Amino acid sequence: MRQIDLVVIGSGAAGMAAAIEAKKNGINDLLILEKDEKLGGILNQCIHNGFGLTEFKEELTGPEYLQRFVDEVKRLEIPYKLNAQVIDLTKDKVLTYSSKEDGLVKLQAKAIIMATGCYERNAGAIMLPGDRCSGVITAGTAQRYLNINGLMVGKRVVILGSGDIGLIMARRLTLEGAKVLCVSEIMPYSAGLNRNIQQCLIDYDIPLYLSRTVSKVVGKDRLEKVVLSAVDENLQIIPGTEMEFECDTLILSVGLIPYVSLLNYIDCPISSTKGAVVNQYMETMIPGIFTAGNCLHVHDVVDFVSQEARLAGRSAALYLKNEIDNNEKKIPIKPGNNISYVIPQFVLENSVDDITFKFRVRKPLKDQVVMIRSGDIVLGKVVKPALIPSEMVMVNLSKDKLQEVKDEIVISVEDR
Amino acid sequence: MKDLTCIVCPRGCRLHVDDYMNVTGNFCPRGKEYAISELTHPVRTITSSIKVTNREYTLVSVKTTKPVPKDKIFEVMEEIDKLSVEAPTRIGDIVKKNILGLDSDIVITKNID
Amino acid sequence: MKQIHDVLIIGAGVTGTMIARELSKYKLDTLIIDKSNDAGNLTSSANSAIIHSGYDPEPGTNKAKFNVLGNKMYPELVKDLDVPYVACGSLTVALEEEQLEILKQLEERSKINGVPVQLLNKEEVLKMEPNINPEVKGALYAPTAGVIDPFNLVIHAMENAIDNGVTFLRNHEVKGIKKENDYFVVNTNKEDLYARVVINAAGVKADKIAAMIEDIDWAITPRKGEYYLLDHYKEGLVNRTIFPLPSKKGKGILVSITSSGNYIVGPSSEFADPDDVSTDAPTLANIKASASLMVPSIPFKETIRVFSGLRATCTRHDFIVEPAKSERNFINVAGIESPGFVSAPAIAEYVVNELVKPVLTLEKNPNFNPRVKPYHRMHYLNEEEQLKAIKEDSDFGEIVCNCEHISLGEIKESLERSCPPVSIKGVKRRCRAGFGKCQGGFCQPKILLLLAKHYNVSPTEIPLNEDGSYIIDHLIKEAK
Repeated sequence: MRQIDLVVIGSGAAGMAAAIEAKKNGINDLLILEKDEKLGGILNQCIHNGFGLTEFKEELTGPEYLQRFVDEVKRLEIPYKLNAQVIDLTKDKVLTYSSKEDGLVKLQAKAIIMATGCYERNAGAIMLPGDRCSGVITAGTAQRYLNINGLMVGKRVVILGSGDIGLIMARRLTLEGAKVLCVSEIMPYSAGLNRNIQQCLIDYDIPLYLSRTVSKVVGKDRLEKVVLSAVDENLQIIPGTEMEFECDTLILSVGLIPYVSLLNYIDCPISSTKGAVVNQYMETMIPGIFTAGNCLHVHDVVDFVSQEARLAGRSAALYLKNEIDNNEKKIPIKPGNNISYVIPQFVLENSVDDITFKFRVRKPLKDQVVMIRSGDIVLGKVVKPALIPSEMVMVNLSKDKLQEVKDEIVISVEDR
Repeated sequence: MKDLTCIVCPRGCRLHVDDYMNVTGNFCPRGKEYAISELTHPVRTITSSIKVTNREYTLVSVKTTKPVPKDKIFEVMEEIDKLSVEAPTRIGDIVKKNILGLDSDIVITKNID
Repeated sequence: MKQIHDVLIIGAGVTGTMIARELSKYKLDTLIIDKSNDAGNLTSSANSAIIHSGYDPEPGTNKAKFNVLGNKMYPELVKDLDVPYVACGSLTVALEEEQLEILKQLEERSKINGVPVQLLNKEEVLKMEPNINPEVKGALYAPTAGVIDPFNLVIHAMENAIDNGVTFLRNHEVKGIKKENDYFVVNTNKEDLYARVVINAAGVKADKIAAMIEDIDWAITPRKGEYYLLDHYKEGLVNRTIFPLPSKKGKGILVSITSSGNYIVGPSSEFADPDDVSTDAPTLANIKASASLMVPSIPFKETIRVFSGLRATCTRHDFIVEPAKSERNFINVAGIESPGFVSAPAIAEYVVNELVKPVLTLEKNPNFNPRVKPYHRMHYLNEEEQLKAIKEDSDFGEIVCNCEHISLGEIKESLERSCPPVSIKGVKRRCRAGFGKCQGGFCQPKILLLLAKHYNVSPTEIPLNEDGSYIIDHLIKEAK
């Protein structure tokens, strides 16, 4: 069985950035395993722009952004395998991958970076009520059909979910000649970036209905209409509020879920974000297995995926050089008031670098201050004029501050 | 006077423009430029995809090199729909110069081997 | 020259295909038709997939007779037809003291039906199934029950029937039947078909078909059952099928493993129109509440699919396996609701030996082969077998369905068999590609283009399920 220092699973925004950073930090014996037939992951189908403003100070489309990393992977001569899917993983870091070219191959890795992205929540998971006709499809799959293969999924469209993918597809489908009747969002506020509400909905006069969801899907073989109903504060359908839309397509943009099957095989602790529990090095609770990107927590800006992945890549390199001590005291990080999750979920006490905490708020808030506390001690505070759940927040903490920590750190947001 | 959302970057600043074209709420100078442009001469960058004739069921992504007038979006799309290329494609290849005389080119944004 | 077949079977669900296979043991010209574009598209694809032990049906009924006979046939059947089957047994649980009496009655019934069962006390139940409600008082354990891959069963039975000489016509819906001389004229939406013997195995529409020949004194009153399908997950929920006590509406809402390592919760039971397979929130909520009484820790957040199927419940409350009153050559096999799956092979034997034999000469088919060529199910093979398969054909190493690890080779294999898939769901039922947590989000585009290429049609022609359930509306830049 081949021994290898580092295997990176996934070659999307996270996988490539992590591999590049690991190589730059001295790891030469590494391999990227990609399940698709080309590098780049989901960015291949994200043909809209808005990527790279932080990373490259330029506005790029998805494929242009990924190409920068592909060029670097090739320049650094980082080995990679395409059409190769990892189908098994053990706690001892033995991976098995399957490919047409190589058949079944086992690798004994010293360190692994999981960069497997996420998958879309689907009709079954939201128990979409009604008939089982065709024409109900998730936004990412519709995007793939359209942008990669040139196949349009319908002509008259209703979109459920106002997350960015749904909004982007509203515009894309409209530009390609479809009639997008409306976007329906179950929460009382939009789930997507404000710029996308403007440039995808308002620009094209597509109405956004808040506090509404699909209460019925109707169609024999193909979709014929959807019924939208209003919901109350408990997200329960209010009878008598039905709005019918004759359409042939229902696009579902109802959430992304980290794709972590391999971590489940090895009982790697998973957090409420559905990604792994990690420390400040993006290391899971299995020493030597790191993770970054959407498979850790769903991001909204790819530039921050690359940053996070670089941290994981560098950390994997440090780990391989025995410069990370997993036996350090673990300080738990807890999400406090109004915060749905924080990453990392714990930090090792003697940190090599400063720590960046990433979190999301539970609901839209104005004039807040982010408080980083340990017991009564305030370790840090940052003023934030406006916070919304769809925008990830990042706050830094100097590593020296960890000395002041008692038992745990709580991150919360409070009125100013 | 008008309130609008800046679309230049993911921050999506809420901009306010008064009757004298003073812009507030912008985090950076681009936001100010955007606000004024949006109220006088709104433009948009278009990203789309075109057929790759020597690959089955394959498209390559393209974009306008400069933003085009908002009211010309669908006309530009019609022109883009007429275009096609052959693989291999390289980012930056010009597929159509000066589309509809709007001083914007249509370029390839994806490498296909 | 009209071709007059020996037997025409209407309906390619589990009943029809088992009968077709049984008939293929003889030198007969047998035709099986279905209004769907595939075998087992309807009720046979939307059920609990349980091979019942047979303690439940009332003694002396057809249900009891065929259930018990059929159950004994399954071990050999699943080997011959290469169908995933888990002989896990079932527990029927009593959650209250008063219910223990009913368990004893079920034990009595089992004795009469000839089904081995065992009464277990609370400790024994919880040892077997630690996640059952700790308030459980006892259970009836039926070791001869199991769970099956229902899709593979029907499709492989059809494949075997076709391999042994039967013809399967898809997309043929019967509009009318009349007797002419000594054969039937079966008028379908596609063409007229002629046969000496007609077997009506038309599921929820069997009464409509039967009434084309004569007045009948029974009717099908379809009962819809909705289900949750849960993803595989490490901790495990139950190890077998868990039933509540049966009621008038049926066996009740169960919690079970599936042959694919998932969990299934359901079904509900409510009257429905014969074409209604929709799901609705209130019914699903009831299923959740009911099932949680038996197994409190069901992780409904692991739901990857909800679906429903229609039981062909009939007013006689028993299987109807008999010739029409006015026509010996017209055989009704109707009302095949639970325990339909387990009973089907036994019903098939009975139909052929007792009902077809008196009206047709049955000469044995010397070339009959009961077995299908085994399938490569990569995910279930051990490493050595996997490497061997990949060596034979490298396509077995190329993963198409990332969630369930289904290879290109397996999909191509299904296309090469005599009952190939013609839709996305057809591929899903045969190979399990698209069965996982992303429900085809990643693999559907790959499979759709594969099917389009294989059948040399535009991607707009590839349906999700039935013809007409197209997925792609048009090719870009062409339709405006």
